[in-house]
Amino acid sequence: MLENIDLSLVNWSRGQFALTAIYHWLFVPLTLGLSFILAFMETIYVRTGDEKWKRITKFWMTLFGINFAIGVATGIILEFEFGTNWSNYSWFVGDIFGAPLAVEGIFAFFLESTFVAVMFFGWNKVSRKFHLASTWLVAVGANLSALWILVANSWMENPVGMVFNPDTARNEMSSFRDVVLNPVAIDKFTHTVTSGFVLASLFVLGISSWYLLRKREQEMATRSILVAGIFGLVSSLAVAMTGDMSARTISKVQPVKFAAMEALYEGRTEAPLTAISILSASGEKMGEKKVYDHKLKIEVPNLLSIMTIGDKGGYVPGLKDLVNGNAEKGILPVAEMMERGKYARQVLTDYKMAKEIGDSASVAALGARFSDSEFTENYFRYLGYSYFDHPWQVIPSVPVTYYSFRVMVGLGFLFIIIFILALFFHRNQVLERHRWFLWLSLCAIPLAYLASELGWIVTEMGRQPWIIQNLMPVHVAVSNISAGAVQTTFWLFALLFTALLIAEVSIMVRQIKNGPKH
Amino acid sequence: MKKITATIESLFRFYIDGFRTMSWWGKKVWLIIFVKLGIMFLILRIFFFPDFLKTNFSSDRERSDYVIEQLTGNN
Repeated sequence: MLENIDLSLVNWSRGQFALTAIYHWLFVPLTLGLSFILAFMETIYVRTGDEKWKRITKFWMTLFGINFAIGVATGIILEFEFGTNWSNYSWFVGDIFGAPLAVEGIFAFFLESTFVAVMFFGWNKVSRKFHLASTWLVAVGANLSALWILVANSWMENPVGMVFNPDTARNEMSSFRDVVLNPVAIDKFTHTVTSGFVLASLFVLGISSWYLLRKREQEMATRSILVAGIFGLVSSLAVAMTGDMSARTISKVQPVKFAAMEALYEGRTEAPLTAISILSASGEKMGEKKVYDHKLKIEVPNLLSIMTIGDKGGYVPGLKDLVNGNAEKGILPVAEMMERGKYARQVLTDYKMAKEIGDSASVAALGARFSDSEFTENYFRYLGYSYFDHPWQVIPSVPVTYYSFRVMVGLGFLFIIIFILALFFHRNQVLERHRWFLWLSLCAIPLAYLASELGWIVTEMGRQPWIIQNLMPVHVAVSNISAGAVQTTFWLFALLFTALLIAEVSIMVRQIKNGPKH
Repeated sequence: MKKITATIESLFRFYIDGFRTMSWWGKKVWLIIFVKLGIMFLILRIFFFPDFLKTNFSSDRERSDYVIEQLTGNN
């Protein structure tokens, strides 16, 4: 029973999932972006016939191969964890999660893995055009893989396109279209892949800068900087745009997360956008959660209302509105959602009891409620709230969400400046004169990884305590296993992934020091 | 039939040649891939990551009942 599940089990399970996801994500974005950079470089080679572009492509392809090979299958561990640590969740999501992942496995993975072989083994063995097509298909395949995973992840944040089956306790997909075209999925996919493009562009820019600092491979480095600069600038502008779209969607489907991202407690019209501030505990509390004030803040008047609602008079709800309710703005208090969730849970309990005693009339009547939109829209959608004791428990960690978001956005703007400068210096042929910029570009590589990971921290920490928004909190999703077992595997994973990371970095560094083949 | 056999043979040769002429880093990452997959599927999956519901219940009916029990139980 759920009351027997201890908090340390939940926290170790969360910690383990976070650890594996963070490590997995160290490998993924470079694959997503570098695959397209290779495709661009090889396209230039095929169109111009310039052998130098072939050499450049082959060099970056080597680094792509190292990252791809070491990162491959690291995501499968997350699936192991679903079955072992998160069994209630895994069962409850049913085929909603399974279908996109199956599509990913069958379609994108095979497309990717077949053409990866042609990409690496096919130089001088297949025609130039076929090789180029393979490189493009690897890029498209890798990014399609990400699409299906992100569709599954987005469903957890905005569960749509399903009906709950009270007999099996599983959600069944009622509309594949709704699941795939979930607005959260569209925003998340575009934002995530474009952020991968930015990371890969910074990777190419940084390593090329290192060559220029060392006065080695200057021609390869400057040509690579041109490709990375253009791709990076376009992608980083796209990241800003998709990030804005994503925030707008979050404000509608996960308003508590949005308020936490802004550390906004009091809802208001003409809400300013806080560029940066220091959060300081005010002494006030919402239940057991501290309330934070903004100190030393720099803000842009009205901008949050304009960006969120499209009008400076638009009302942006704060955490107090969202927890305590605001009748004027049509916001239900969490206490009311808890009551509705409890009612939905009672209907499920009654249904189970009716089945056990063989009361077929009640089974039919109660069972029908789960496909009745009045019940699902007004009660069942709040099922997850029934597992809380207090309304304030729906508030995530405000400082973690707030600071992660600001550092990520700040770095995003820094990257735009870096790409503009790279193109400017390249155009004026003064890259090598500005050694500070070359150092900055090199240092931007770890910053790109930091920004990418922070994006996931905003997403996943900001939606706590939910594993499936409004339907299932994290503590209900966990399996009834021992916390000790999870601790053991936590450290095993930490060891395995650290070893993989060390292997990747050392092989890559050696390959970079070797440089391209002459 | 002859054409299919020839295609399969050339595909096979393509992969064999690719692996035979692989660079040092290629060989190293393949070794890492095998070790990693071995650890993941032969050690972690079997000894540390049994599927909780599959291990503890023998049918989908029992699994459903268990999860419903979890969902309708106390928080």
